[in-house]
Amino acid sequence: MMTTTEKKGRYGKFGGQFVPETLMTALQQLEQAFEEAKQDPAFHEELNGYLKDYVGRENPLYFAKRLTKKLGGAKIYLKREDLNHTGAHKINNALAQALLAIRMGKKKIVAETGAGQHGVATATVCALFDLECIVFMGKEDVRRQALNVFRMELLGATVVSVDQGSGTLKDACNEALRYWVSNVDDTHYILGSALGPHPFPAIVRDFQRIIGDETRAQILEKEQRLPDAIVACVGGGSNAIGMFTPFVDDQEVKLYGVEAAGKGIQSGEHAAAFADLKEGVLHGAYMYLLQDDNGFIQEAYSISAGLDYPAVGPEHCYLHDAGRVTYEAVDDDQALEGLQLLSRTEGIIPALESSHAIYYAANLAKTMSPDDILVICLSGRGDKDVQTVQQALEGK
Amino acid sequence: MTTLQRAIETVTTANDKAFIPYIMAGDGGLDTIKQQILFLQQHGATAIEVGIPFSDPVADGPTIQAAGLRALEAGANLRTILAEIASFKEEIHIPLVVMTYLNPIIRYGIEAFVEAAEAANIKGLIVPDMPLEEADMLTDALAGHDIALVQLISLTSPTERIEKLAAAAQGFIYAVTVNGITGTREGFDEALHEHLSALKSVADIPVLAGFGISTREHVEAMNHSVDGVIVGSAIVKAFHENRLAAIEALLTVPANQ
Repeated sequence: MMTTTEKKGRYGKFGGQFVPETLMTALQQLEQAFEEAKQDPAFHEELNGYLKDYVGRENPLYFAKRLTKKLGGAKIYLKREDLNHTGAHKINNALAQALLAIRMGKKKIVAETGAGQHGVATATVCALFDLECIVFMGKEDVRRQALNVFRMELLGATVVSVDQGSGTLKDACNEALRYWVSNVDDTHYILGSALGPHPFPAIVRDFQRIIGDETRAQILEKEQRLPDAIVACVGGGSNAIGMFTPFVDDQEVKLYGVEAAGKGIQSGEHAAAFADLKEGVLHGAYMYLLQDDNGFIQEAYSISAGLDYPAVGPEHCYLHDAGRVTYEAVDDDQALEGLQLLSRTEGIIPALESSHAIYYAANLAKTMSPDDILVICLSGRGDKDVQTVQQALEGK
Repeated sequence: MTTLQRAIETVTTANDKAFIPYIMAGDGGLDTIKQQILFLQQHGATAIEVGIPFSDPVADGPTIQAAGLRALEAGANLRTILAEIASFKEEIHIPLVVMTYLNPIIRYGIEAFVEAAEAANIKGLIVPDMPLEEADMLTDALAGHDIALVQLISLTSPTERIEKLAAAAQGFIYAVTVNGITGTREGFDEALHEHLSALKSVADIPVLAGFGISTREHVEAMNHSVDGVIVGSAIVKAFHENRLAAIEALLTVPANQ
């Protein structure tokens, strides 16, 4: 198994627990609760019940026939996380962590959100389980994703707009961490991506690996073999790590993570930490991290709010260095192309985040043979992005 | 014994209490670093905590966040601040303790940072996002240098953890008086003094209280239980608003033995 943890919470040299001392006890309690829950059949039974009847799992692995034909290469399958309740993969983790919070006796939830999908998922499960919910969201994202802000409020959550820094996901994370430090006694932090201090990256991975587990079973049923390639978008990396994990030991399955190149790597306005390869510490973990020569964190940019984070989760950093996953970057215009391509060929409007994976996968498919199988993780649906896309396309 | 611990114990063995003010280095421009340090030294500070601005200060409240932004805009960073301090180090006779988040140190290069800190006569280091479990990143590089790696201790931590941290602490123990971030507050928990006394009883180096201490009354109250205090936001705010008399007032709270 490649994803073993050597030092506690480490993936090779990445990960760790770089947090204020005030949080250490809470992290240790969380780790203990997580380990106990994992061993407890009653926890899994309850979680699986909600995943089936509330989220709508399992969701389909859909053969994209017209897209396949149009590209003329590998057979393309889409893992339909966009069909989940709330429209993205984020609900898998939010639901499971809410159950974990209840086990720990915590009645209040804090979360950060970028695109708003994780915030909506968190607000949703808080409504479901009658938990108090506060969501921090960058000012710029509040503007870009006004509809999701309203959805969260409709669900009973308090949304706090964060003015600091670039007003995006990293700044929302800072505020959520500050809030958690101050309210740690009765509050659980539902971190939404495969980021943060141990045990969060492991928790998010384990609660998202249902994506990959289902995909594996479904492709074996449909094709009687594993896929040749899998493509997923990477911001912090939660849908990708969930999709990749069950395939990491299958060397014949090529894995591709697609970051956001924003306005282009050369422009400096991007969110592709693997294009820069500078190591550092942010939000509790040692990772590849966009930063300047003084170690100040650089503001990430992408048209897609959910990829707008200046680092990638520690396990992805490890998989990168181990050479197991290939990481590439796709820019705003290419993502918009990917979005339109899927919309027109399959009648599925993907989220801007997932559109990065679609664009990359479309090019990859063309280089593969019709006997090959390619799976794309369609992490979310594009309803939330329609306005952004309209502005981007009409602005040209 | 480190120079930092000796400086604090010199004060406490004379039946006085230690007072460590915090400044945000470069708030108001790089040349204010010298003015502020010399002012605090002149008015009796035991040591000075020199805050390094950071883009993402997760352990800091609004006052220090705002000061940090102003300092960043003035061109303050680990490199320029240490160079500035080195330029007048002969005039500094009390220990300076650098407080910085970890990432600027990593980017600087750990060995290079320790060298530069020593050249600036820095005697202590506080890294708020580096708990004891991760401290080995720095301890190897600090070995053999007279730079105390100060531990923050959260009073609500389990007893075993408090004992472990107290045993590893150097210079002094920084007791975090509230579950929270830096900044001023109205009052303190009743149980706080019990927690502080318990910490004192397991510590064999001085214990100083910090976070949320902003008034003469706070300082007096804390001095009953511990060896002294660290005052951050109130000092930073007063320097920013040029209220030097308010800083003097905080520095001259009687030891109240």
